[in-house]
Amino acid sequence: MTTAEVAIAPPAAKAMDSLSPRDRRLGKLMLAPALIYIILLVALPFLLALFLSLTNSSAGSLDFSFVGFQNFKSVAASAVFLRALRNTFIFTFVSQLLVIFLGNILARALLKKFRGKFLVRFLILMPWAAPISLATLGWLWIFDSTFSVINWMLKATGWLGPGQWYYWLGDPTLGMVSIITVHVWRLLPFSTVILLAGLSSIPAEVHEAADIDGAGPLAKAFQITLPMMMPILTVAVLFGVVFTFTDMNVVYLLTRGGPYNSTHVLASLAYQEGVLGGDVGRGAAVAIFLVPLLVVMAVMMLRVSRRAEVT
Amino acid sequence: MRRGPVQRALAVVGHRVLILSFTAFAIFPFYWMLITSFKQNSDLYVGASKTAHNPFIFNQPPTLEHLRILFGSTLFPSWLFNTLWVGALVVAITLVLAVPAAYSLARLTGRWGEHLSIGIFLTYLVPSTLLFIPFSRLVAMLGLQNQLWALVLIYPTFTVPFCTWLLMGFFKTLPKEVEESAMVDGCSRLGAIVRVVLPLAVPGLLTIVIFALTLTIQEFVYSLTFISSVERMTVSVGVPVALVRGDVYYWGSLMAACLITSVPLAVLYNFFLDRFLAGFTVGAIK
Repeated sequence: MTTAEVAIAPPAAKAMDSLSPRDRRLGKLMLAPALIYIILLVALPFLLALFLSLTNSSAGSLDFSFVGFQNFKSVAASAVFLRALRNTFIFTFVSQLLVIFLGNILARALLKKFRGKFLVRFLILMPWAAPISLATLGWLWIFDSTFSVINWMLKATGWLGPGQWYYWLGDPTLGMVSIITVHVWRLLPFSTVILLAGLSSIPAEVHEAADIDGAGPLAKAFQITLPMMMPILTVAVLFGVVFTFTDMNVVYLLTRGGPYNSTHVLASLAYQEGVLGGDVGRGAAVAIFLVPLLVVMAVMMLRVSRRAEVT
Repeated sequence: MRRGPVQRALAVVGHRVLILSFTAFAIFPFYWMLITSFKQNSDLYVGASKTAHNPFIFNQPPTLEHLRILFGSTLFPSWLFNTLWVGALVVAITLVLAVPAAYSLARLTGRWGEHLSIGIFLTYLVPSTLLFIPFSRLVAMLGLQNQLWALVLIYPTFTVPFCTWLLMGFFKTLPKEVEESAMVDGCSRLGAIVRVVLPLAVPGLLTIVIFALTLTIQEFVYSLTFISSVERMTVSVGVPVALVRGDVYYWGSLMAACLITSVPLAVLYNFFLDRFLAGFTVGAIK
Protein backbone atom coordinates (compact mmCIF):
# COMPACT_ATOMS: atom_id res chain seq x y z
CA MET A 1 0.00 0.00 0.00
CA THR A 2 2.54 2.59 1.14
CA THR A 3 5.17 1.49 -1.37
CA ALA A 4 2.69 1.89 -4.20
CA GLU A 5 1.91 5.44 -3.13
CA VAL A 6 5.57 6.35 -2.91
CA ALA A 7 6.07 4.86 -6.36
CA ILE A 8 3.24 6.93 -7.84
CA ALA A 9 4.17 10.28 -6.37
CA PRO A 10 7.65 11.14 -7.70
CA PRO A 11 7.21 10.23 -11.41
CA ALA A 12 4.08 12.36 -11.54
CA ALA A 13 6.13 15.39 -10.55
CA LYS A 14 8.95 14.52 -12.92
CA ALA A 15 6.72 13.86 -15.92
CA MET A 16 5.35 17.39 -15.72
CA ASP A 17 8.72 18.71 -16.88
CA SER A 18 8.81 16.38 -19.83
CA LEU A 19 5.56 17.60 -21.39
CA SER A 20 5.92 18.50 -25.04
CA PRO A 21 4.84 21.99 -26.16
CA ARG A 22 2.03 20.34 -28.14
CA ASP A 23 0.76 18.64 -25.00
CA ARG A 24 0.97 21.89 -23.10
CA ARG A 25 -1.07 23.66 -25.79
CA LEU A 26 -3.65 20.89 -25.80
CA GLY A 27 -3.77 21.09 -22.00
CA LYS A 28 -4.61 24.78 -22.08
CA LEU A 29 -7.21 24.22 -24.79
CA MET A 30 -8.95 21.48 -22.82
CA LEU A 31 -8.95 23.54 -19.66
CA ALA A 32 -10.20 26.74 -21.28
CA PRO A 33 -13.97 26.05 -21.52
CA ALA A 34 -14.37 25.12 -17.86
CA LEU A 35 -12.13 27.96 -16.76
CA ILE A 36 -13.97 30.53 -18.86
CA TYR A 37 -17.31 29.29 -17.56
CA ILE A 38 -16.14 29.54 -13.95
CA ILE A 39 -14.73 33.03 -14.47
CA LEU A 40 -17.89 34.25 -16.20
CA LEU A 41 -20.41 32.63 -13.86
CA VAL A 42 -18.69 32.45 -10.50
CA ALA A 43 -15.90 35.02 -10.35
CA LEU A 44 -17.70 37.86 -12.16
CA PRO A 45 -21.04 37.38 -10.34
CA PHE A 46 -19.08 37.42 -7.10
CA LEU A 47 -17.62 40.78 -8.07
CA LEU A 48 -21.07 41.91 -9.22
CA ALA A 49 -22.38 41.11 -5.73
CA LEU A 50 -19.70 43.37 -4.24
CA PHE A 51 -20.57 46.05 -6.79
CA LEU A 52 -24.34 45.83 -6.20
CA SER A 53 -23.86 46.20 -2.47
CA LEU A 54 -22.46 49.68 -3.16
CA THR A 55 -25.50 50.76 -5.20
CA ASN A 56 -29.18 51.45 -4.61
CA SER A 57 -30.27 48.85 -7.21
CA SER A 58 -33.78 47.56 -6.91
CA ALA A 59 -35.46 44.51 -8.40
CA GLY A 60 -37.84 46.51 -10.58
CA SER A 61 -35.36 48.31 -12.83
CA LEU A 62 -31.81 48.09 -14.08
CA ASP A 63 -31.09 51.75 -13.16
CA PHE A 64 -28.97 52.45 -10.14
CA SER A 65 -26.61 54.96 -8.65
CA PHE A 66 -23.69 54.60 -6.29
CA VAL A 67 -24.38 55.08 -2.64
CA GLY A 68 -20.98 54.09 -1.26
CA PHE A 69 -21.16 52.20 2.00
CA GLN A 70 -24.68 53.43 2.72
CA ASN A 71 -26.17 49.91 2.50
CA PHE A 72 -23.62 48.49 4.89
CA LYS A 73 -24.17 51.33 7.34
CA SER A 74 -27.93 51.05 7.37
CA VAL A 75 -27.78 47.24 7.49
CA ALA A 76 -25.31 47.20 10.37
CA ALA A 77 -27.52 49.61 12.30
CA SER A 78 -30.62 47.44 12.04
CA ALA A 79 -31.52 45.21 14.98
CA VAL A 80 -32.86 42.48 12.68
CA PHE A 81 -29.50 42.23 10.95
CA LEU A 82 -27.55 42.06 14.19
CA ARG A 83 -29.85 39.33 15.42
CA ALA A 84 -29.40 37.45 12.13
CA LEU A 85 -25.62 37.80 12.36
CA ARG A 86 -25.66 36.46 15.90
CA ASN A 87 -28.03 33.61 14.94
CA THR A 88 -25.82 32.60 12.02
CA PHE A 89 -22.85 32.17 14.34
CA ILE A 90 -24.89 30.45 17.06
CA PHE A 91 -26.48 27.99 14.63
CA THR A 92 -23.15 27.21 13.00
CA PHE A 93 -21.17 26.90 16.22
CA VAL A 94 -23.68 24.88 18.25
CA SER A 95 -24.66 22.54 15.44
CA GLN A 96 -21.05 21.87 14.43
CA LEU A 97 -20.05 21.23 18.02
CA LEU A 98 -22.83 18.67 18.33
CA VAL A 99 -22.12 17.18 14.90
CA ILE A 100 -18.43 16.64 15.63
CA PHE A 101 -19.11 15.24 19.09
CA LEU A 102 -21.87 12.86 17.94
CA GLY A 103 -20.08 12.13 14.66
CA ASN A 104 -17.01 10.88 16.53
CA ILE A 105 -19.11 8.56 18.68
CA LEU A 106 -21.06 7.25 15.71
CA ALA A 107 -17.98 6.81 13.52
CA ARG A 108 -16.27 4.77 16.23
CA ALA A 109 -19.36 2.62 16.62
CA LEU A 110 -19.52 2.05 12.87
CA LEU A 111 -15.84 1.09 12.76
CA LYS A 112 -16.67 -2.23 14.46
CA LYS A 113 -17.91 -5.11 12.35
CA PHE A 114 -21.52 -6.07 12.97
CA ARG A 115 -24.43 -7.68 11.16
CA GLY A 116 -26.54 -5.32 9.08
CA LYS A 117 -23.79 -2.69 8.87
CA PHE A 118 -24.57 -1.96 5.23
CA LEU A 119 -28.23 -1.31 6.01
CA VAL A 120 -27.34 0.89 8.98
CA ARG A 121 -24.97 2.93 6.84
CA PHE A 122 -27.69 3.38 4.23
CA LEU A 123 -30.26 4.51 6.80
CA ILE A 124 -27.88 6.83 8.61
CA LEU A 125 -26.89 8.46 5.34
CA MET A 126 -30.46 9.24 4.29
CA PRO A 127 -30.71 12.71 5.90
CA TRP A 128 -27.70 13.85 3.91
CA ALA A 129 -28.86 12.40 0.59
CA ALA A 130 -32.44 13.69 0.72
CA PRO A 131 -33.06 17.10 -0.88
CA ILE A 132 -32.74 19.51 2.00
CA SER A 133 -35.93 21.41 1.21
CA LEU A 134 -38.01 18.22 1.28
CA ALA A 135 -36.31 16.86 4.39
CA THR A 136 -36.97 20.16 6.14
CA LEU A 137 -40.59 19.86 5.12
CA GLY A 138 -40.71 16.55 6.96
CA TRP A 139 -39.47 18.36 10.06
CA LEU A 140 -42.01 21.13 9.54
CA TRP A 141 -44.70 18.48 9.95
CA ILE A 142 -42.96 17.01 13.01
CA PHE A 143 -42.82 20.49 14.57
CA ASP A 144 -46.43 21.34 13.60
CA SER A 145 -48.16 23.62 16.07
CA THR A 146 -51.22 21.36 16.50
CA PHE A 147 -50.14 17.88 15.42
CA SER A 148 -46.50 17.77 16.55
CA VAL A 149 -45.58 14.18 17.36
CA ILE A 150 -42.94 15.48 19.78
CA ASN A 151 -45.64 17.17 21.80
CA TRP A 152 -47.68 13.97 21.72
CA MET A 153 -44.75 12.07 23.21
CA LEU A 154 -44.16 14.76 25.83
CA LYS A 155 -47.86 14.69 26.73
CA ALA A 156 -47.99 10.90 26.81
CA THR A 157 -44.96 10.70 29.08
CA GLY A 158 -46.34 13.42 31.32
CA TRP A 159 -43.58 15.96 30.63
CA LEU A 160 -46.17 18.44 29.43
CA GLY A 161 -48.99 18.81 31.92
CA PRO A 162 -52.57 19.79 31.05
CA GLY A 163 -52.68 23.18 29.38
CA GLN A 164 -48.95 23.17 28.69
CA TRP A 165 -47.80 23.24 25.09
CA TYR A 166 -44.64 23.80 23.03
CA TYR A 167 -44.94 25.95 19.90
CA TRP A 168 -41.72 24.72 18.32
CA LEU A 169 -41.65 27.24 15.51
CA GLY A 170 -43.64 30.01 17.15
CA ASP A 171 -41.21 30.86 19.91
CA PRO A 172 -37.73 32.40 19.42
CA THR A 173 -35.88 29.96 21.67
CA LEU A 174 -37.71 26.82 20.59
CA GLY A 175 -37.42 28.02 16.98
CA MET A 176 -33.65 28.16 17.34
CA VAL A 177 -33.61 24.72 18.97
CA SER A 178 -35.64 23.36 16.05
CA ILE A 179 -33.36 24.89 13.44
CA ILE A 180 -30.24 23.55 15.16
CA THR A 181 -31.84 20.09 15.42
CA VAL A 182 -32.44 19.98 11.68
CA HIS A 183 -28.88 21.14 10.92
CA VAL A 184 -27.42 18.49 13.23
CA TRP A 185 -29.67 15.83 11.76
CA ARG A 186 -28.68 16.73 8.22
CA LEU A 187 -24.91 17.14 8.69
CA LEU A 188 -24.28 14.29 11.12
CA PRO A 189 -24.17 11.64 8.36
CA PHE A 190 -21.75 13.72 6.31
CA SER A 191 -19.29 14.26 9.16
CA THR A 192 -19.66 10.68 10.33
CA VAL A 193 -18.71 9.13 7.01
CA ILE A 194 -15.76 11.50 6.63
CA LEU A 195 -14.53 10.72 10.15
CA LEU A 196 -15.12 7.03 9.53
CA ALA A 197 -12.95 7.17 6.42
CA GLY A 198 -10.26 8.85 8.52
CA LEU A 199 -10.48 6.32 11.33
CA SER A 200 -10.30 3.35 9.02
CA SER A 201 -7.23 4.80 7.29
CA ILE A 202 -5.19 4.57 10.51
CA PRO A 203 -3.19 1.35 10.01
CA ALA A 204 -3.74 -1.36 12.61
CA GLU A 205 0.04 -1.68 13.08
CA VAL A 206 0.13 1.75 14.69
CA HIS A 207 -2.24 0.63 17.42
CA GLU A 208 -0.42 -2.68 17.82
CA ALA A 209 2.90 -0.90 18.19
CA ALA A 210 1.37 1.38 20.82
CA ASP A 211 0.00 -1.65 22.66
CA ILE A 212 3.46 -3.21 22.74
CA ASP A 213 4.87 0.05 24.11
CA GLY A 214 2.25 -0.18 26.84
CA ALA A 215 0.08 2.80 25.87
CA GLY A 216 -3.34 2.89 27.58
CA PRO A 217 -6.59 3.69 25.76
CA LEU A 218 -6.43 7.35 26.82
CA ALA A 219 -2.84 7.78 25.66
CA LYS A 220 -3.72 6.08 22.39
CA ALA A 221 -6.69 8.38 21.84
CA PHE A 222 -4.73 11.57 22.48
CA GLN A 223 -1.31 10.66 21.12
CA ILE A 224 -2.23 8.55 18.11
CA THR A 225 -5.84 8.82 16.98
CA LEU A 226 -6.28 12.55 17.53
CA PRO A 227 -3.08 13.72 15.77
CA MET A 228 -3.65 11.29 12.89
CA MET A 229 -7.27 12.35 12.63
CA MET A 230 -6.53 16.08 12.74
CA PRO A 231 -6.46 16.77 8.97
CA ILE A 232 -9.65 14.81 8.33
CA LEU A 233 -11.37 16.32 11.35
CA THR A 234 -10.49 19.75 9.97
CA VAL A 235 -12.00 18.86 6.61
CA ALA A 236 -15.22 17.64 8.23
CA VAL A 237 -15.48 20.81 10.33
CA LEU A 238 -14.69 23.12 7.42
CA PHE A 239 -17.36 21.67 5.16
CA GLY A 240 -19.85 21.49 8.01
CA VAL A 241 -19.25 25.13 8.88
CA VAL A 242 -19.58 26.29 5.28
CA PHE A 243 -22.77 24.27 4.72
CA THR A 244 -24.42 25.54 7.91
CA PHE A 245 -23.17 29.10 7.75
CA THR A 246 -24.44 29.73 4.24
CA ASP A 247 -27.65 27.71 4.40
CA MET A 248 -31.02 29.38 4.05
CA ASN A 249 -33.22 26.33 3.33
CA VAL A 250 -33.78 25.32 6.92
CA VAL A 251 -34.65 28.76 8.27
CA TYR A 252 -36.66 29.75 5.22
CA LEU A 253 -38.87 26.66 5.31
CA LEU A 254 -39.19 26.20 9.07
CA THR A 255 -39.73 29.67 10.47
CA ARG A 256 -39.28 32.14 7.57
CA GLY A 257 -37.11 34.02 10.04
CA GLY A 258 -40.02 34.46 12.43
CA PRO A 259 -41.44 34.98 14.93
CA TYR A 260 -40.72 38.74 14.62
CA ASN A 261 -37.52 38.18 12.59
CA SER A 262 -35.95 36.50 15.62
CA THR A 263 -34.59 33.41 13.85
CA HIS A 264 -33.22 34.90 10.63
CA VAL A 265 -29.73 34.05 9.45
CA LEU A 266 -27.67 36.14 7.03
CA ALA A 267 -28.68 34.04 4.03
CA SER A 268 -32.41 34.11 4.70
CA LEU A 269 -32.30 37.83 5.53
CA ALA A 270 -30.44 38.52 2.27
CA TYR A 271 -33.24 36.68 0.46
CA GLN A 272 -35.93 38.59 2.31
CA GLU A 273 -34.31 41.98 1.63
CA GLY A 274 -32.95 41.38 -1.85
CA VAL A 275 -35.61 39.23 -3.49
CA LEU A 276 -38.86 39.52 -1.51
CA GLY A 277 -38.24 43.14 -0.52
CA GLY A 278 -36.77 44.04 -3.91
CA ASP A 279 -33.90 46.04 -2.39
CA VAL A 280 -31.07 44.41 -4.33
CA GLY A 281 -28.31 46.64 -2.95
CA ARG A 282 -29.29 46.00 0.64
CA GLY A 283 -29.71 42.25 0.06
CA ALA A 284 -26.27 42.10 -1.54
CA ALA A 285 -24.78 43.97 1.41
CA VAL A 286 -26.25 41.43 3.85
CA ALA A 287 -24.92 38.51 1.79
CA ILE A 288 -21.44 40.06 1.63
CA PHE A 289 -21.17 39.52 5.36
CA LEU A 290 -20.84 35.80 4.55
CA VAL A 291 -17.56 36.43 2.76
CA PRO A 292 -15.02 36.97 5.58
CA LEU A 293 -15.75 33.63 7.21
CA LEU A 294 -15.73 31.87 3.84
CA VAL A 295 -12.29 33.33 3.13
CA VAL A 296 -11.00 32.02 6.46
CA MET A 297 -12.45 28.60 5.65
CA ALA A 298 -10.87 28.62 2.18
CA VAL A 299 -7.46 29.47 3.62
CA MET A 300 -7.72 26.66 6.15
CA MET A 301 -8.78 24.27 3.40
CA LEU A 302 -5.69 25.30 1.41
CA ARG A 303 -3.46 24.54 4.38
CA VAL A 304 -4.97 21.07 4.76
CA SER A 305 -4.51 20.29 1.08
CA ARG A 306 -0.93 21.60 1.12
CA ARG A 307 -0.07 19.45 4.13
CA ALA A 308 -1.63 16.47 2.37
CA GLU A 309 0.59 17.19 -0.64
CA VAL A 310 3.78 17.28 1.42
CA THR A 311 3.26 14.04 3.31
CA MET B 1 -6.64 -6.38 27.55
CA ARG B 2 -8.60 -9.23 29.07
CA ARG B 3 -12.26 -8.78 29.76
CA GLY B 4 -14.77 -11.13 31.29
CA PRO B 5 -17.78 -12.43 29.39
CA VAL B 6 -20.14 -10.11 31.28
CA GLN B 7 -18.18 -7.03 30.29
CA ARG B 8 -18.01 -8.19 26.71
CA ALA B 9 -21.75 -8.80 26.61
CA LEU B 10 -22.34 -5.35 28.09
CA ALA B 11 -20.09 -3.78 25.46
CA VAL B 12 -22.03 -5.52 22.69
CA VAL B 13 -25.36 -4.38 24.10
CA GLY B 14 -24.07 -0.82 24.53
CA HIS B 15 -22.86 -0.82 20.96
CA ARG B 16 -26.23 -2.06 19.67
CA VAL B 17 -28.14 0.53 21.68
CA LEU B 18 -25.87 3.29 20.39
CA ILE B 19 -26.26 2.23 16.76
CA LEU B 20 -30.01 1.83 17.15
CA SER B 21 -30.54 5.26 18.69
CA PHE B 22 -28.49 7.02 16.02
CA THR B 23 -30.34 5.12 13.30
CA ALA B 24 -33.68 6.01 14.87
CA PHE B 25 -32.74 9.71 14.93
CA ALA B 26 -31.63 9.58 11.29
CA ILE B 27 -34.68 7.82 9.87
CA PHE B 28 -37.44 9.09 12.11
CA PRO B 29 -38.50 11.92 9.74
CA PHE B 30 -38.63 9.40 6.88
CA TYR B 31 -40.69 6.98 8.92
CA TRP B 32 -42.94 9.90 9.71
CA MET B 33 -43.25 10.76 6.01
CA LEU B 34 -44.08 7.13 5.24
CA ILE B 35 -46.82 6.72 7.81
CA THR B 36 -48.29 10.14 7.02
CA SER B 37 -48.46 9.31 3.31
CA PHE B 38 -50.78 6.37 3.90
CA LYS B 39 -52.94 7.58 6.78
CA GLN B 40 -56.53 8.66 6.34
CA ASN B 41 -57.12 12.32 7.11
CA SER B 42 -59.31 11.50 10.10
CA ASP B 43 -56.42 9.44 11.49
CA LEU B 44 -53.90 12.15 10.64
CA TYR B 45 -55.45 15.32 11.95
CA VAL B 46 -55.98 14.41 15.58
CA GLY B 47 -54.52 17.03 17.89
CA ALA B 48 -51.37 15.93 19.72
CA SER B 49 -53.01 16.65 23.08
CA LYS B 50 -55.20 13.54 22.69
CA THR B 51 -52.77 11.10 24.27
CA ALA B 52 -55.12 8.15 23.78
CA HIS B 53 -54.64 8.36 20.01
CA ASN B 54 -51.27 6.81 19.18
CA PRO B 55 -49.89 8.65 16.11
CA PHE B 56 -47.13 6.09 15.47
CA ILE B 57 -49.49 3.43 14.13
CA PHE B 58 -52.40 3.17 11.74
CA ASN B 59 -55.53 3.61 13.85
CA GLN B 60 -57.61 3.29 10.71
CA PRO B 61 -56.86 1.24 7.59
CA PRO B 62 -54.16 2.80 5.35
CA THR B 63 -55.25 4.64 2.21
CA LEU B 64 -53.78 5.41 -1.22
CA GLU B 65 -55.83 8.59 -1.48
CA HIS B 66 -52.87 10.96 -0.90
CA LEU B 67 -50.83 9.29 -3.62
CA ARG B 68 -53.80 9.47 -5.99
CA ILE B 69 -54.12 13.20 -5.31
CA LEU B 70 -50.37 13.75 -5.67
CA PHE B 71 -50.12 12.09 -9.07
CA GLY B 72 -53.64 12.82 -10.30
CA SER B 73 -54.46 16.38 -9.36
CA THR B 74 -51.24 18.20 -8.51
CA LEU B 75 -48.37 19.32 -10.71
CA PHE B 76 -45.98 16.89 -9.01
CA PRO B 77 -45.47 14.82 -12.19
CA SER B 78 -44.58 17.99 -14.15
CA TRP B 79 -42.15 19.05 -11.43
CA LEU B 80 -40.48 15.65 -11.61
CA PHE B 81 -40.25 16.01 -15.36
CA ASN B 82 -38.86 19.57 -15.13
CA THR B 83 -36.27 18.46 -12.61
CA LEU B 84 -35.08 15.56 -14.73
CA TRP B 85 -35.01 17.73 -17.85
CA VAL B 86 -32.86 20.35 -16.15
CA GLY B 87 -30.81 17.55 -14.58
CA ALA B 88 -30.07 15.92 -17.94
CA LEU B 89 -28.92 19.19 -19.50
CA VAL B 90 -26.83 20.12 -16.47
CA VAL B 91 -25.19 16.69 -16.50
CA ALA B 92 -24.39 17.09 -20.21
CA ILE B 93 -22.87 20.55 -19.71
CA THR B 94 -20.94 19.33 -16.69
CA LEU B 95 -19.44 16.44 -18.64
CA VAL B 96 -18.47 18.66 -21.58
CA LEU B 97 -16.72 21.17 -19.33
CA ALA B 98 -15.34 18.99 -16.55
CA VAL B 99 -13.95 15.96 -18.42
CA PRO B 100 -11.40 17.80 -20.59
CA ALA B 101 -10.51 20.17 -17.76
CA ALA B 102 -9.96 17.31 -15.33
CA TYR B 103 -7.77 15.40 -17.76
CA SER B 104 -5.78 18.50 -18.52
CA LEU B 105 -5.21 19.22 -14.82
CA ALA B 106 -4.24 15.62 -14.14
CA ARG B 107 -1.81 15.18 -17.02
CA LEU B 108 -1.13 18.19 -19.22
CA THR B 109 -0.40 21.05 -16.86
CA GLY B 110 2.61 21.42 -14.63
CA ARG B 111 2.87 22.96 -11.19
CA TRP B 112 0.45 25.80 -11.98
CA GLY B 113 -2.16 23.21 -12.83
CA GLU B 114 -2.01 21.87 -9.31
CA HIS B 115 -2.57 25.33 -7.84
CA LEU B 116 -5.33 26.00 -10.34
CA SER B 117 -7.10 22.74 -9.46
CA ILE B 118 -7.24 23.75 -5.81
CA GLY B 119 -8.52 27.16 -6.89
CA ILE B 120 -11.29 25.50 -8.90
CA PHE B 121 -12.14 23.32 -5.95
CA LEU B 122 -12.43 26.36 -3.69
CA THR B 123 -15.04 27.93 -5.98
CA TYR B 124 -17.28 25.08 -4.80
CA LEU B 125 -17.29 26.87 -1.45
CA VAL B 126 -18.89 30.02 -2.93
CA PRO B 127 -22.48 29.53 -1.78
CA SER B 128 -25.68 30.02 -3.75
CA THR B 129 -26.88 32.36 -1.02
CA LEU B 130 -24.12 34.79 -2.02
CA LEU B 131 -24.60 34.50 -5.78
CA PHE B 132 -28.38 34.50 -6.17
CA ILE B 133 -28.54 38.30 -6.04
CA PRO B 134 -26.06 38.98 -8.85
CA PHE B 135 -27.53 36.04 -10.78
CA SER B 136 -30.99 37.54 -10.58
CA ARG B 137 -29.52 40.60 -12.34
CA LEU B 138 -27.85 38.41 -14.93
CA VAL B 139 -30.99 36.37 -15.52
CA ALA B 140 -33.03 39.55 -15.95
CA MET B 141 -30.53 40.98 -18.44
CA LEU B 142 -30.59 37.76 -20.48
CA GLY B 143 -34.40 37.69 -20.40
CA LEU B 144 -34.41 34.26 -18.78
CA GLN B 145 -36.68 35.11 -15.83
CA ASN B 146 -39.07 32.34 -14.95
CA GLN B 147 -37.48 29.92 -17.42
CA LEU B 148 -35.83 26.61 -16.73
CA TRP B 149 -32.99 27.74 -19.02
CA ALA B 150 -31.88 30.06 -16.25
CA LEU B 151 -31.30 26.99 -14.06
CA VAL B 152 -29.55 25.14 -16.89
CA LEU B 153 -27.19 28.10 -17.24
CA ILE B 154 -26.49 28.52 -13.54
CA TYR B 155 -26.49 25.02 -12.03
CA PRO B 156 -23.14 24.07 -13.58
CA THR B 157 -21.58 26.73 -11.32
CA PHE B 158 -21.75 24.23 -8.48
CA THR B 159 -21.43 20.98 -10.45
CA VAL B 160 -18.41 21.86 -12.63
CA PRO B 161 -15.90 22.78 -9.88
CA PHE B 162 -16.54 19.75 -7.73
CA CYS B 163 -16.84 17.30 -10.62
CA THR B 164 -13.62 18.58 -12.20
CA TRP B 165 -11.85 18.06 -8.89
CA LEU B 166 -13.34 14.61 -8.40
CA LEU B 167 -12.52 13.45 -11.92
CA MET B 168 -9.00 14.90 -11.79
CA GLY B 169 -8.31 12.69 -8.77
CA PHE B 170 -9.69 9.76 -10.71
CA PHE B 171 -7.52 10.39 -13.80
CA LYS B 172 -4.45 10.65 -11.57
CA THR B 173 -5.02 7.11 -10.33
CA LEU B 174 -4.88 5.69 -13.87
CA PRO B 175 -1.34 4.63 -14.82
CA LYS B 176 0.28 6.93 -17.37
CA GLU B 177 1.45 3.93 -19.40
CA VAL B 178 -2.12 3.49 -20.57
CA GLU B 179 -2.09 6.43 -22.95
CA GLU B 180 1.67 6.36 -23.47
CA SER B 181 1.53 2.88 -25.01
CA ALA B 182 -1.41 3.91 -27.17
CA MET B 183 0.59 6.93 -28.35
CA VAL B 184 3.59 4.72 -29.14
CA ASP B 185 1.21 2.68 -31.30
CA GLY B 186 0.52 5.81 -33.35
CA CYS B 187 -2.43 7.42 -31.60
CA SER B 188 -2.43 11.16 -31.08
CA ARG B 189 -2.86 12.40 -27.48
CA LEU B 190 -6.50 13.21 -28.20
CA GLY B 191 -7.03 9.83 -29.86
CA ALA B 192 -5.50 8.09 -26.87
CA ILE B 193 -7.81 9.97 -24.52
CA VAL B 194 -10.94 9.07 -26.46
CA ARG B 195 -10.01 5.46 -27.24
CA VAL B 196 -8.11 4.37 -24.16
CA VAL B 197 -8.52 6.74 -21.23
CA LEU B 198 -12.25 7.45 -21.33
CA PRO B 199 -13.31 3.78 -21.47
CA LEU B 200 -11.16 3.18 -18.39
CA ALA B 201 -12.66 6.24 -16.72
CA VAL B 202 -16.28 5.06 -16.96
CA PRO B 203 -16.63 4.55 -13.18
CA GLY B 204 -15.33 8.09 -12.63
CA LEU B 205 -17.64 9.51 -15.29
CA LEU B 206 -20.60 7.69 -13.79
CA THR B 207 -19.73 9.17 -10.41
CA ILE B 208 -19.85 12.74 -11.67
CA VAL B 209 -23.06 12.07 -13.61
CA ILE B 210 -24.72 10.90 -10.39
CA PHE B 211 -23.20 13.70 -8.37
CA ALA B 212 -24.29 16.42 -10.79
CA LEU B 213 -27.77 14.91 -11.01
CA THR B 214 -28.25 14.66 -7.25
CA LEU B 215 -26.99 18.22 -6.72
CA THR B 216 -29.47 19.44 -9.34
CA ILE B 217 -32.38 17.63 -7.70
CA GLN B 218 -31.41 18.96 -4.27
CA GLU B 219 -30.93 22.60 -5.30
CA PHE B 220 -33.41 25.02 -3.77
CA VAL B 221 -32.21 28.64 -3.60
CA TYR B 222 -31.76 29.40 -7.31
CA SER B 223 -34.90 27.56 -8.29
CA LEU B 224 -36.88 29.46 -5.67
CA THR B 225 -35.45 32.78 -6.84
CA PHE B 226 -35.78 32.42 -10.60
CA ILE B 227 -38.87 30.29 -11.23
CA SER B 228 -42.20 31.87 -10.35
CA SER B 229 -44.71 29.93 -12.49
CA VAL B 230 -46.01 26.92 -10.64
CA GLU B 231 -45.97 24.66 -13.70
CA ARG B 232 -42.27 25.37 -14.34
CA MET B 233 -41.01 24.60 -10.86
CA THR B 234 -38.60 21.85 -9.93
CA VAL B 235 -39.48 19.26 -7.29
CA SER B 236 -37.41 20.78 -4.50
CA VAL B 237 -39.30 24.08 -4.80
CA GLY B 238 -42.68 23.00 -6.13
CA VAL B 239 -43.39 20.67 -3.23
CA PRO B 240 -42.69 23.09 -0.36
CA VAL B 241 -43.96 26.21 -2.14
CA ALA B 242 -46.85 25.18 -4.35
CA LEU B 243 -48.33 22.09 -2.70
CA VAL B 244 -49.18 24.38 0.19
CA ARG B 245 -52.38 26.28 -0.47
CA GLY B 246 -52.47 29.34 1.73
CA ASP B 247 -52.34 27.99 5.23
CA VAL B 248 -53.75 24.60 4.32
CA TYR B 249 -51.17 21.87 4.08
CA TYR B 250 -51.96 18.59 2.33
CA TRP B 251 -49.64 16.74 4.63
CA GLY B 252 -50.42 13.28 3.26
CA SER B 253 -49.57 14.21 -0.32
CA LEU B 254 -46.71 16.46 0.77
CA MET B 255 -44.99 13.73 2.75
CA ALA B 256 -45.52 11.25 -0.06
CA ALA B 257 -43.82 13.68 -2.46
CA CYS B 258 -40.88 14.12 -0.07
CA LEU B 259 -40.45 10.40 0.40
CA ILE B 260 -40.78 9.50 -3.28
CA THR B 261 -38.07 12.01 -4.20
CA SER B 262 -35.71 11.28 -1.31
CA VAL B 263 -35.46 7.49 -1.33
CA PRO B 264 -34.06 6.99 -4.85
CA LEU B 265 -31.49 9.71 -4.16
CA ALA B 266 -30.44 8.00 -0.95
CA VAL B 267 -29.96 4.71 -2.83
CA LEU B 268 -27.84 6.40 -5.51
CA TYR B 269 -25.77 8.20 -2.90
CA ASN B 270 -24.96 4.98 -1.12
CA PHE B 271 -23.59 3.34 -4.21
CA PHE B 272 -21.24 6.21 -4.94
CA LEU B 273 -20.46 7.34 -1.42
CA ASP B 274 -16.83 6.27 -1.33
CA ARG B 275 -16.02 8.13 -4.52
CA PHE B 276 -17.78 11.31 -3.34
CA LEU B 277 -15.81 11.11 -0.12
CA ALA B 278 -12.53 10.92 -1.99
CA GLY B 279 -13.43 14.32 -3.42
CA PHE B 280 -14.47 15.89 -0.14
CA THR B 281 -11.42 14.81 1.82
CA VAL B 282 -9.07 16.93 -0.37
CA GLY B 283 -6.29 14.37 -0.07
CA ALA B 284 -6.37 14.48 3.75
CA ILE B 285 -6.68 10.70 3.72
CA LYS B 286 -3.95 8.70 2.08
